[in-house]
Amino acid sequence: MPGTIKLQTPLTDSDVEKLHAGDRILLSGVVYTARDAAHRRLHELLQAGKPLPIDLRGQVIYYTGPTPAKPGRVIGSAGPTTSGRMDAYTPALIAHGLKGMIGKGRRSQDILDTMKRYKAVYFGATGGAGALLARHIKKAEIAAYEDLGPEAIYRLEIEDFPVIVINDVHGGDLYAEGVRAYSISYPTRKKQRRVSDLKLGT
Amino acid sequence: MREIKASDISAAVAELCVSANCELCDDVYQALKDGAAREESPLGKDVLCQLVENADIARSEQVPMCQDTGIAVVFAELGQDVHITGGLLADAINAGVAKGYSEGYLRKSVVAHPLERENTGDNTPAAIYTEVVPGDRLKITVLPKGAGSENMSAATMLKPSDGAEGVKKFVIEIVKAAGPNPCPPIIVGVGIGGTMDKAAILAKKALLRRVGEHNPNPSDAELERELLRLANSTGIGPAGLGGRVTALAVNVETFPCHIASLPVAVNIQCHAARHKEAEL
Repeated sequence: MPGTIKLQTPLTDSDVEKLHAGDRILLSGVVYTARDAAHRRLHELLQAGKPLPIDLRGQVIYYTGPTPAKPGRVIGSAGPTTSGRMDAYTPALIAHGLKGMIGKGRRSQDILDTMKRYKAVYFGATGGAGALLARHIKKAEIAAYEDLGPEAIYRLEIEDFPVIVINDVHGGDLYAEGVRAYSISYPTRKKQRRVSDLKLGT
Repeated sequence: MREIKASDISAAVAELCVSANCELCDDVYQALKDGAAREESPLGKDVLCQLVENADIARSEQVPMCQDTGIAVVFAELGQDVHITGGLLADAINAGVAKGYSEGYLRKSVVAHPLERENTGDNTPAAIYTEVVPGDRLKITVLPKGAGSENMSAATMLKPSDGAEGVKKFVIEIVKAAGPNPCPPIIVGVGIGGTMDKAAILAKKALLRRVGEHNPNPSDAELERELLRLANSTGIGPAGLGGRVTALAVNVETFPCHIASLPVAVNIQCHAARHKEAEL
């Protein structure tokens, strides 16, 4: 694929600053999965000043709840879930040292501001491509909160996992840029009425 | 009177749950390929090609296309001359869902109470809609519905004076507000008329239509074409990354309604567009 950047976790400030919205990345290394319930627990620990069950500094969280693995497989289908549900908990994690998030869908302005301040990046993985993306996951094991079942925190080892930079630390926003580039506006009925008024010589 | 065994209903439902999740409908598959051919955004084109490849992998390996294997929405069209033996229809359907989701390695994504949120462990209960129809057959349609798209859906009670323009405005507002979140390219089900709840069910049933087929009523078909054009003018594109292919179809279903109401429901469906049916 033209123009893809190979990136290895964990990520540094310098790694993050080099990235721009639209950069196609092949990500390798360790990522942690976490969804709503795990995020709420992590957030409560941070608020209480207590240690987290895993060290998230420099790490990347992948928002996913996989299907159960068929026998002989590392993991089931594992595409991204809608990131927005984790928005309330994310600024605190970024301030704590989280460097990257993989998901799909828009993030809040609060998160974008916190990302800029603490140097973190938001990656998009293709929503719905659960079978394809699972091929890039080489190892999966529970890291915390086993009682949450599919919502547990998993430690995944990924190889050339394809993502794209949605939000960078420079104000770049791929979702906004995409709509700007490809939206078409048609003349509204209002405008058409104004044109016909002119034609009547008023 | 024709007898149908509850256990046969369960077996059929279990198979439909798995096939709906692993095998992309042929019309949707073709629509993704056609979309990839006409998409102007290079990134959008790549996303559509990834989705086609994903569907190929899911079918050949019999794994779910997406990890959100959904809540099971089940439409049962029960022939008036059918007598179900060995159990209740709803119990048979739920047993089938539990079986399919367990044996098919699908995700258990249902909580017993919306506020207490304890997982039921087997993806039941299904959301079942039963209609009694003429004849002695039972037609079951399973529509596994994921939350990504469902959460972007909405209903409103317009004023009759808002008319078709009001409907278009609402539908496109919902498509724009959804943006990347429901995994475009989407299929948009629009229910117009009935009551608030009836419009919503119509919007969901609208998702069962083959891509490219229009409402037989000419003015409703024209509304569908116009809404599709407007949706694809938003620029949202595949995965919301920008492009011309934001929606594969917009399907409108209507029903008579109160002289003072204009209920409109918009049910967003993602590109997995999962639905499979069987007749017993």
